[in-house]
Amino acid sequence: MPAKTKYRLAVAGLSLGLLLTGWVALGLGPVTLSYPLDPFQKKILFGLRLPRIILSILVGAALAVTGVLFQGLFRNPLADPYILGTSSGAALGATLALYYDLNFQIFGLSARPLFAFAGALLATALVFSLGRHRNYPAVAHLLLAGIAVSAFFAAVTSLMLFFRREEMEKIVFWQMGGFAYARWAEVQVMIPYLAGAFLYSRSLATELNLLLLGEEKAHQLGLAVVPFQRRIVLTASLLVAAAVSVSGPIGFVGMVAPHMVRLFLGPDHRVLLPVSALAGGLLLLLADTLARTLLSPVELPVGVLTSFIGGPFFLYLLRKNRLAPE
Amino acid sequence: MVDQFAFALDVEGLSFCYGEKALLEEVSFRVPVQGFTGLIGPNGSGKTTLLRCLNKALTPTRGRVLVAGRELSGLKVKDLARMMGVVPQQWEANFPFTVEELVMMGRFPHWPAFGRAGQDDRAIVREAMLATKTWSLAKRPVTELSGGECQRVLLAQALAQTPRLLLLDEPTSHLDVSQTLEICELLTKLIREKGLTVLAVFHDLNLAARYCHDLIMLKEGKIYAQGSPNKVLTPENLAAVFGVKAVIQADPVLKKPYLLFFPMEERASQQEGQESQE
Repeated sequence: MPAKTKYRLAVAGLSLGLLLTGWVALGLGPVTLSYPLDPFQKKILFGLRLPRIILSILVGAALAVTGVLFQGLFRNPLADPYILGTSSGAALGATLALYYDLNFQIFGLSARPLFAFAGALLATALVFSLGRHRNYPAVAHLLLAGIAVSAFFAAVTSLMLFFRREEMEKIVFWQMGGFAYARWAEVQVMIPYLAGAFLYSRSLATELNLLLLGEEKAHQLGLAVVPFQRRIVLTASLLVAAAVSVSGPIGFVGMVAPHMVRLFLGPDHRVLLPVSALAGGLLLLLADTLARTLLSPVELPVGVLTSFIGGPFFLYLLRKNRLAPE
Repeated sequence: MVDQFAFALDVEGLSFCYGEKALLEEVSFRVPVQGFTGLIGPNGSGKTTLLRCLNKALTPTRGRVLVAGRELSGLKVKDLARMMGVVPQQWEANFPFTVEELVMMGRFPHWPAFGRAGQDDRAIVREAMLATKTWSLAKRPVTELSGGECQRVLLAQALAQTPRLLLLDEPTSHLDVSQTLEICELLTKLIREKGLTVLAVFHDLNLAARYCHDLIMLKEGKIYAQGSPNKVLTPENLAAVFGVKAVIQADPVLKKPYLLFFPMEERASQQEGQESQE
C-alpha cells in the first residue's frame, strides 16, 4: 500500500474513532440521560462530560506531539514527554499551592494548575540552562540535567509533604493524573497552546527527519542543529507544561502513541506528528472513559489505567515487531 | 556560467586545537575548480578533522577558509550545504527511512522554510540515484543496506545537493574492486562534465595516485608534502610519513605511479639491535 494511502486511512480511521468514542463517552456516567434533557442533565452533559472529553483528547494529543518531538530530539523512540523534568517541576508547583493552601483564580484557573504550570516551566528552564555546554554534545547534557533536576525537585516535594502529611493524599492523587476537575477553563487554556505548538511543530517535520540521521549528517545537509534543538525543547516544554498543569502527569500515552504510529507508518515526521496527535487523543479519551466507568461511581486515576493497559500492550507490540519475519 | 573564482577551496593557515592539543597546524592549500585532490596520511594525522573544519562541523582555531570565493565563517549552514556535499566515512541508520526518502533529504538546503519536494527535486534525486546505481534500492529501508550500498546511497544524497564541491571521507572503504573503480570513474566524469570539484580522503594510495590530480600528505596535523602524485609519492616521503618502505613503479597502462610496500626492515633490525644491547 502506498505511504500516502496509509496516511490518509490512518487519519480518517482515527478521526472516526475519536468521534464515535466521544459520542459514546458522552452517554456514559453515573447519571443516566433521558430525552428531553432537564436542566440538571444538561449541566452534566455540557458542563462536565463534554469539557472532560475534549480536554482528555487535547491532553492526549499534546502528550503524543511532545513525545514525537523529544523522541526526534534524542533520536530515541523511548523518550517520553517528562524526560526533561517537567512533571517533577509541575508536582512541586502543585504541592506548593497545597502547602500554602492558596485559593485564588486567574482566568477561571485555580492556584494549583497555575503553580503546576509555573513549576513545569521552571524545571525545564533550569534543565535547559544547566544542559547548555558550549554546543557539544548538548543533547546528552540535557538528558543528564533532566535527571538531576527531576531528582532534586522530587526531593523538595517529598520534604514538603513530610511536613504536611495531611495533604499527602491529595498530592499523591494529583500525581497519578486525571481529569476529575476538568472544566471549560482548562479546555480554554489547552486550546491555544496545542493549536500554536501543533501548527509550529508541523513546520519542523522536515528538519526533524534530518535530525534522525544524526547531528553531523543533519549539519552536512544544511540544518543549523543547535538552534533547531533549542526550538524543539521550547515548543515541547510549553506544550507538556500546559498538559501537566491541567491533568497531572499522565504516563505512557506520550511514549506509546508515537511508537505505535511509527511501527505502522514509518519514521517520517510529516506523517508521525499529525497521526500521533490523533492517536494520543484517542488513547487518552478511551483510557479516561474507562477510568470513570469501570468501577462507577468510583473513578480510577487515568494515569494508573494508561500504564496498566499501555505497559503490556507496548511489550506485545515490541515482541511482535521483533519476531516479524521482515 | 563563468566562475568568478579560480579555487573551489582556498585554505590559509588553518589550525585547530582541542584544548591544549593541536590537531591541525598551519594547513594551507588550494583546490582548483574541477580539481580532484586526494588527502592522504596515516590514521590520526588529521584528515577527518580537516574535512570537519571545512564543512563547519568544527570551528578552526586560526586561519581562513574560502569556499568558492566566499568566506566560510560568513556562510550559513544551509547556504554551505548548497555548495558543498559531504560523504562521511561511517554512518549508521537508526530509523527505517527508504533509500529514496534519504536521498531526497539531500534537497533540503534548496527548500525555503515550509518547502517541500517538487518535480525538479524528484528528477534530480532520480538522476543522482541512477548515477550511483542505487535506483534499484529506492524502496528499501536504509536500515537493511550493506556497507557498500550505504556508501553509494550517501554519495547519491550528497549529489542530490547539487554541490559544486564534494568532500568525501574514504568513499570506497566498504566497496569491492569493481564498485571502487565505478565510483572513482563517476567522480572523474562529474568533474569533467558537471564542473564538480572533489576533495577526498584515501587510504588506498594507488587509487589516489591513479585518480587524483593533486595530493595533500598530512603528518601529525601538518602538511608534509603536496603536489602531483609523482611529486608527493616518493620513497622518502612514504618512509617519513607512513613508516613503510615503498618501491615505485610506473603503471604500464596509465603512466601513473604504482606503489609496492614493504616493512621497514632496517629500522626493525636496528630496534632489535638496540634491545639486544640493553
